[in-house]
Formats: sequence, structure tokens, C-alpha cells
Amino acid sequence: MFKNVEELVALANKENIKISEVMIRQEVDQHERSRKEIINQMEKNLDVMEKAVERGTTEQVKSVSGLTGGDGKKLYEYMQKNETLAGPFILEAVAKAMATNEVNAAMGTICATPTAGAAGVVPGALFTVKNKLNPSREEMVRFLFTSGAFGFVIANNASISGAAGGCQAEVGSATGMAAAAIVEMAGGTPDQSAEAMAIALKNMLGLVCDPIAGLVEVPCVKRNAFGASNAIVAADLALAGIVSRVPCDEVIDAMYRIGEVMPSTLKETAEAGLAATPTGRYYKEKIFGARTKKGE
Amino acid sequence: MKYRSVFDIIGPVMIGPSSSHTAGAARIGLVARQIFQKEPTWASFHLYGSFAKTYQGHGTDVALVGGVLGFDTFDRRITDSLTIAKDRNLVISFHEEEAHMDHPNTVKIRLGDKLDTMELVGISIGGGKVEIKELNGFSLRLSGNHPAILVVHDDRFGTIARVSTILAEKEINIGHMEVSRKDVGKEALMVIELDQNIGKDIMVEVESLEHINKVTKIHE
Repeated sequence: MFKNVEELVALANKENIKISEVMIRQEVDQHERSRKEIINQMEKNLDVMEKAVERGTTEQVKSVSGLTGGDGKKLYEYMQKNETLAGPFILEAVAKAMATNEVNAAMGTICATPTAGAAGVVPGALFTVKNKLNPSREEMVRFLFTSGAFGFVIANNASISGAAGGCQAEVGSATGMAAAAIVEMAGGTPDQSAEAMAIALKNMLGLVCDPIAGLVEVPCVKRNAFGASNAIVAADLALAGIVSRVPCDEVIDAMYRIGEVMPSTLKETAEAGLAATPTGRYYKEKIFGARTKKGE
Repeated sequence: MKYRSVFDIIGPVMIGPSSSHTAGAARIGLVARQIFQKEPTWASFHLYGSFAKTYQGHGTDVALVGGVLGFDTFDRRITDSLTIAKDRNLVISFHEEEAHMDHPNTVKIRLGDKLDTMELVGISIGGGKVEIKELNGFSLRLSGNHPAILVVHDDRFGTIARVSTILAEKEINIGHMEVSRKDVGKEALMVIELDQNIGKDIMVEVESLEHINKVTKIHE
């Protein structure tokens, strides 16, 4: 099994195969399952993601708390009718990422990538880049294996849990994973995928997990939005031949160490940051009322 | 390595909103249900760290109860699990604990019926992946992601060898194994993670061995 990004890229280069292929082969070897079975399972995950994007951009979803819902749809409609500043391509990724996370917040069905709180980034990027690169269904499934390969390294060498590493471990990881997968789909090299991942993750370092009322809503939905747009920008940087001065594995290690020293009040406990603002406290009180009072 | 499959990263398919606090919680509840092997009449959930602080917002409560009712992470009935528990006469309670645990997402589940009780401690380590750390006072490490058998036995020489011999004869490979005991010569527990599910015949054969008290199967 590859232990870090360096080994992952080396395996791909040695065999002259894609990162996604390294991941598929490892899955076959490690779990003694057939290639077909593994690909089918990933395709089912792809279907779940597609349905969540579809639902969030067309339906008026609303979370139980009422804090989030409908913004993915709102942006999607705005960009159909107006000349946008950022351009329709980036904004489509933003809208689809938000849509997915709004479905998640509404207790809808999603696929965790790598977590539910960060579930919008990878599909947001994928279902947008798709319109420009016209991939086959198989290439779309490969996008998820490439994302998964990089996420696999982060999960084993750092963390993908907000409670353990903050939001950098969730939306940060997802952004790096998506950036690497976009590069592969666009025809970049395994090395460029690693650069994209490093560049994307570097720009998410230090991001804390401070959800209002402990809900996976504010700021999670909009952080997914920016994760998806960052992923696309990072992929373009890498495809342009720009490299990260700090290698990908060292960025992952830095993320882990930052998570270690991050106070627990900023790691999914809803005790500080945005959760502790007057507005954050107001919503907590409004949503949970007297029940939370005794816990404070 | 904690994560061994790409589907630990891309997946699980689940009901939102949180992979650690909703899907992970459902999985811990489900493992508890599988080990208990029947529907309990009561269950109490003791929440620590981030679980204690944010369980309502993340649906951790409905997910834990859903798991104990036998629902998987993607089962839409999770959202109605509190009502379903009431309908099935399962009495539940939640307790926010102050104690500091090694992992921020820790839950202790106590459950039982008229005949039996069980206590289990589980942690949700991220992305929906979980580990069972304690069962009825025994320390262990069980992922709940692989088929496994739990063997309660008396701490006597040769018992572990006899169990593994039966598995070897049936050509069943052991992926991970742990043994622990309460004290020398007292009650002991074997946790054996397998590469495949095993049939009832093997369970019965293991259970018939001397010094074996109970064999429980957990499957994927």
C-alpha cells in the first residue's frame, strides 16, 4: 500500500498509469474483490452525488433548523439570467457544492467525500469540470478514485475529522482531493496532481471548525462553495506547470501538526469562533432553547 | 494504517448531516445491536467531548438510536428513529458527560432487556469510520467494517489455539486478532476479524469447545 503522496506518484510513474488506476489496483489487491465490483460500487457513489446536486440546484431544500437551504438554487438561477463577475464556470462549481451541502444539512442522502460536512467540494468540482472536458462515465468514476487516493493519504497521515483537525481536515482535504482529480481528468501528470493537491491544501491550512449551534450548516455550506472554486484554481495553477515549494507530503504533515495544536474549542465543539459570536449564540438559543442552557 | 479502503474516503452513502456524528454514530449503534443480537428494551447513551457538545445538531441522537434499531447509515428511517423506538417500546436516555476521553467523539452505550445487559464504548474517528474500544469491561479494537467473531471464554491455556485451529481447518483467514482478560484465570475475550463471513456450523463448533462461554458474530 502507498503510504504517502510520494509513493503514490512514484507507483503511477513507474507503471506509467494514472493515479486512479493505482487506487483501483490497490483496492483489488487489498480486499480481494473483483475490479468490476469495485468500479460498480464507486459508480453507485457517483449516482448518489449526482442526485444530490440535482436536488439541491432545483428543489427548495431547507434544513430542520432553517439556517440553510436554497442558496445553491438561488446562485444557479442567478447565473442563468445574469452576466456574472466570476464567470459561469467557477460559479457553477460553487452552486453545485453548496447544493450538495444543503441537501446534507436537510438530512438528505449524500456520499461522504471524505466527510459529510465536506461532501460538496468533490461533486461540485466534478459535475462542473465535466461540462468542459466531456468525460466518459468511466472517467467520472476515475475522478473519484483519484480523489480517494489523495484522501487516503491524508486520512492515514493526518486526519479527515473536524473534531480532530478542524475544518482544514475536512473542506481542506476535500479541496486538495478535488484539485488533484481535476488535473488527472484534464490530462495532467501524476506529479501535477500532487502539486495541485499541495497548492490547494496550503490555502486551507489553519481553517477551524466552528459551526453555529454545532450544526453542519453555517459556515460549512459556504466553505464547501469556496473549496470547490479553490480546487479549480489550484488545478489550473498545477496544469500551468507551477509547483508548490513545499512538497505535498510536508503540507499534509503541516496540516496534521496545526490540527494538533488547534484548541478543542475550535474543533467541532461549537464553543468558539463563529459559533461564539452574538449571532451564533442567538441561533443556538433559538434552535435548541432551554435544552442547551444547562449544558453551557 | 487506520484507513484501508478507498471507500472509507469516498463514502459511505449516508443520511446527513455529519459523517462522524451521524454516520459514525449509526455504525456504533449498529455494532452494539449486532453484538447484543436482539432488540433491547432499554438503551442509555453517554456522550463525551464533541459528541456531548453537539449531538442534537448533528443528529447523533437519532443516528445512535437508529443503529441500535438495526438501521444502516443510508437508511432513511434514521430520521424518525426516536418515534420508531417509542413505537417498539425501546426506552432511551441521553447523558452529556464531562469526563475527558482520549478521543473527542466517544460514546458509551449501555443497553439490555429482561435477561441481559451490555456495555460498549465506541469512537467515531472521521469520515464515518468507527472503532469499538471497550465491551463489557474488556479493552479491544474492533472496526465493525469486517466480519468478526467475539468469543467469551475462561482464561485457560490452549483455548485460543483450539479456536484458531477450527478456523484454520475451515480455511478461514484471520485478518486481526486480539485477546484480553479481566484477570489471570478469569473471564477472557477473543476478538477475531475475518476476511469472510462464517456459517452457523462453525459458530456452533467453536461454542462447543471446553471453556468457551459465548460466541457472537458480527458481519458486514
